[in-house]
Amino acid sequence: LCTSKLYGPSLLNFFIYNPKFGPREGEEEKKILFYHPSDFLFPPHRTFCPTKPAKSLHTQKNRQFFFEPEEHFWMVMVVKNPMIERPSKGGKPDLEYQEEEIFFALLHSQLFNGRFSKAMDEGGVALLRERLEKFFYRYLQALHLGSCDLLDVFGGISFFPLDKMTYLKIQSFVNQMEQSLNLVKYTAFLYNDQLIWSGLEQDDMRILYKYLTTSLFPRHSEPELAGRDSPMRPEMSGNLLHYGRFLTGPTNLKDPEAKFRFPKIYVNTENGYEELHLIVYKAMSAAVCFMINATAELTREFCEQLDNLVGPRLTLLASDICEHHNINRRTPGLEKEPHFKFIYFNHMNLAEKSTIHMRKTASVSLTSVHPDLMKILGDINSDFSRVDDDEEIIVKTMTDYWVVGKKSDQRELYVILNQKNANLIEVNDLCASQILAG
Amino acid sequence: MEDEYYLELCDNPVQFENASSVNNVFFDEANKQVFAVRSGGATGVVVKGPDDKNTVAFRMDDKGEVKCIKFSFGNKILAVQRTSKSVDFINFIPDLPHLEYSQECKTKNANLLGFCWTNWNEIVFITDQGIEFYQVLAEKRSLKLLKSQSINVNWYMYCPETSVILLSITAAGNVLQPFLFRNGAMSRMAKFEIELPAVPKPAKSSLSERDIAVATIYGQLYVMYLKHHSRASNHAGAEVVLYHLPREGSCKKMHVLKLNTTGKFALNVVDNLVVVHHQSSQTSLIFDIKLLDGDAIPTIHQPVLPARSIHPYKIPQIGPAAVASQTPVPCELYSSTWSVFQPDIIISASEGYLWYLQVKLKPALRLLKDKGRLMDFLLRRRDCKMVILSVCFQMLNGEEKDSLAVIATVFDKLNQVYKEFLEMDQSYTMAMESGLTRGNTSQKRPVRTQAVIDQSDMYTHVLSVFTEKKDVSHKFITAVLMEYIRSLNQFQITVQHYLYELVIKTLVQHNLFYMLHQFLQYHVLSDSKPLACLLLSLESTYPPAHQLSLDMLKRLSTANDEIVEVLLSKHQVLGALRFIRSVGGHDNISARKFLDAAKQTQDEMLFYTIFRFFEQRNQRLRGNPAFTPGEHCEEHLAYFKQVFGEQALMKPISQ
Repeated sequence: LCTSKLYGPSLLNFFIYNPKFGPREGEEEKKILFYHPSDFLFPPHRTFCPTKPAKSLHTQKNRQFFFEPEEHFWMVMVVKNPMIERPSKGGKPDLEYQEEEIFFALLHSQLFNGRFSKAMDEGGVALLRERLEKFFYRYLQALHLGSCDLLDVFGGISFFPLDKMTYLKIQSFVNQMEQSLNLVKYTAFLYNDQLIWSGLEQDDMRILYKYLTTSLFPRHSEPELAGRDSPMRPEMSGNLLHYGRFLTGPTNLKDPEAKFRFPKIYVNTENGYEELHLIVYKAMSAAVCFMINATAELTREFCEQLDNLVGPRLTLLASDICEHHNINRRTPGLEKEPHFKFIYFNHMNLAEKSTIHMRKTASVSLTSVHPDLMKILGDINSDFSRVDDDEEIIVKTMTDYWVVGKKSDQRELYVILNQKNANLIEVNDLCASQILAG
Repeated sequence: MEDEYYLELCDNPVQFENASSVNNVFFDEANKQVFAVRSGGATGVVVKGPDDKNTVAFRMDDKGEVKCIKFSFGNKILAVQRTSKSVDFINFIPDLPHLEYSQECKTKNANLLGFCWTNWNEIVFITDQGIEFYQVLAEKRSLKLLKSQSINVNWYMYCPETSVILLSITAAGNVLQPFLFRNGAMSRMAKFEIELPAVPKPAKSSLSERDIAVATIYGQLYVMYLKHHSRASNHAGAEVVLYHLPREGSCKKMHVLKLNTTGKFALNVVDNLVVVHHQSSQTSLIFDIKLLDGDAIPTIHQPVLPARSIHPYKIPQIGPAAVASQTPVPCELYSSTWSVFQPDIIISASEGYLWYLQVKLKPALRLLKDKGRLMDFLLRRRDCKMVILSVCFQMLNGEEKDSLAVIATVFDKLNQVYKEFLEMDQSYTMAMESGLTRGNTSQKRPVRTQAVIDQSDMYTHVLSVFTEKKDVSHKFITAVLMEYIRSLNQFQITVQHYLYELVIKTLVQHNLFYMLHQFLQYHVLSDSKPLACLLLSLESTYPPAHQLSLDMLKRLSTANDEIVEVLLSKHQVLGALRFIRSVGGHDNISARKFLDAAKQTQDEMLFYTIFRFFEQRNQRLRGNPAFTPGEHCEEHLAYFKQVFGEQALMKPISQ
């Protein structure tokens, strides 16, 4: 038996700088807009001078990622390489996932802060620094590089499987709500933390989805699952007719001191970006995001109107969806534990499916397979990303698992098969049937 | 105001010589004929109606004043009552004796109240002492008594549509005894009592025949009772009480129509609506007994629309020297000389006109604000299609457009009727298919009424026009289309392709590709070859459309040729070959097509692979790797030899 100890990757530094600021010798610190951790040690400028093609630079122990989201603004992330201590071998870097993290960090920050140059226009470097500080301080705290895996690379969206009729009912609900609450510009609808409808464009939805599922939703446990009288369910709305509640904005509409402030987000439009209030409203497992132009003032009256209008209908819809979902799940044959597990991702619609992940939150990613297998998936993925053609890779592990990666016209499928006696043909047939079902 | 008149007199009234001292006018409700009898018939009888074409004119001897005159069905036999004891008959059947014959009522000392034809040769005499049912033996010029019944009768009423005669019996006259006549048989139905308004003693109320009318509404026979409330009571107004008279079982008080006023009234039934004319205000009200406000019995109904007058009517001047320039004279509506007959007839004997009353639906749009109720009302009307479509168009357009919730309600109401028709039609078709062998032809093909508004109607008259409008937001257009598709799905009606096309067109025009993508992802837009082709055409503006299209073709499983074409056009020659092999169609594909595509890629190894594949196929199918002349691959063979050399060709494997 060989024991191995695993040290996951960890974040050493994260900073944002602009080389055009403080060009003179001795003014280097002006270039820095944000630095983590705060015990600041300025790296000499000449040690790296990134150009666009060089996305990353790695040394024995560390790896640095560079990203230039806007002209002259650079985001740099320094990650300590993971180490696997084995009696025979030394450390071996595991590089797959961090690039995407920096990309998402940026997109996240842009979702909530808008573009860097916009902040500069509004309030100069001071405002930009303030905003970056505020945002990244929290963001980096919630970042757990160690638990990143293939799903983080994809940054996909999990869609909730739904029959056509229930889907159309949701469409009807969304359209009627948008018309009644005529301030609403875009709406997104989720159930069980999975997307059903997005009025936002795909790229914006991708970021919002990540924020909702890894940050906002996990922070709000489900008080409706607790008993009506339990302390978990404070007098939220005091409304007995529905289970609706605000996840952003006021927690209790009845509170005379309640503040009607909502987070603001920035989304891309054909000619730039627009600033929006983000209202997230939830009833049981159904959540709706209403996005409203930031110039509109959101009053108590509006929130009450929304609560009265959306609450009862969303409650009804949520139980409708739940019912249909349960009917579909009762299909015989599916209850058996399948002898394979898979991750599926479609680049075209960002749809992801995983039977490997049990639950995904900001801090923990519970997978049902060994990290070694996850690492193989990562390796196959990085092979795929190097070529455009359709490809298929089949690996048999030391532990007798078959791992199959298949890339076909924008889709990627990774299957882990625990069937010791399976032969290559059987594995192939299984994958073929899966990719068609996706 | 002009467009608020919802009742009108028909444009082509039946004209007859107006009543005068020398001209008596009679109306037969059964045949809808007007008889103008001059000088007791000696100077002529003119029979007109129900349309102007069937005019009958004849002379008969003046044998005294005519009290009543009616043809049997089909104008076969004429019956004339001149005394209170007997009825005279004249055959109008060719080749039968034309001479008059007569029948006295059987009951001694009885007074004849009237008679009704129930068939071409069957007649009922109603006397104050009972009824007598006769068969007329025309060729023998005599009558045969089929059945009679003794009963004291105050007055009677006949409903020719159902062949039911109502007799008013008892002292107060408020017990009604119906008799049904069918195929030479007379059957007594359950009698029932009309509830008279309570009056203080010692005054006595009785039921007058003026306050009773009989008509069929929605296929059911109703006795309508105009209930005037006595001045002493504090009731706000008169009401019409509807008693449902089923063929079997007892009569039941079902509906109460609130008139909210008092005075003189007259009743008509038009298009299954009860029309109540009010003389003093010169207005009319309409009631629809199917527009329910609750499920209590009897159901209380308020008028569907506010009271309005019948549309003003002008009588064209006619005379021997009628000139076009002569101005028509306004007709006096609600005149005291008007007679009103069931179901929809108004006669002015003094002016010589018979009109049919008609309901105009357009004004309801303005007068009935509740769109759900409006739809319920319109869907039950005869000529409703264009009006319903214009309601749909209006609710989507302009400043006064309705909320999506209302639009959804309207769509659901339309599709409910549409679905009911589809189901009936389907079960009829199935019954015909299975019933032909068993000779079962009892089922009638369901009638497609105007209320059946199908997808093509909605598309042509509403949706396609509405989506073309520049001033409507695309968000609203999409919402409306999705709402219509939702409603169709809710009623399990297969959505037609052109509706999907409209959705796609709207989304594409506004670059809402991601929305389109999501709809397809949830199969809201159902798979079809045309849709897949449409998606394919979008690929240049939205690359993912390619994948969506191929997936759809694959799901259709009848579009393998199309998939191959798509892949070849994208130079995915190997992909195309793999696909066709996976569905087992690789023995039938054209080698030349694949070799062409492979050559176009300018990838020599790919060409080699494809060429080799077909050589192997030839070997397998024909035992020789060479191509046959019919495959037209000479050009590719030459190219292969040029690139790879003659020795690279596959050698035949001998078996």
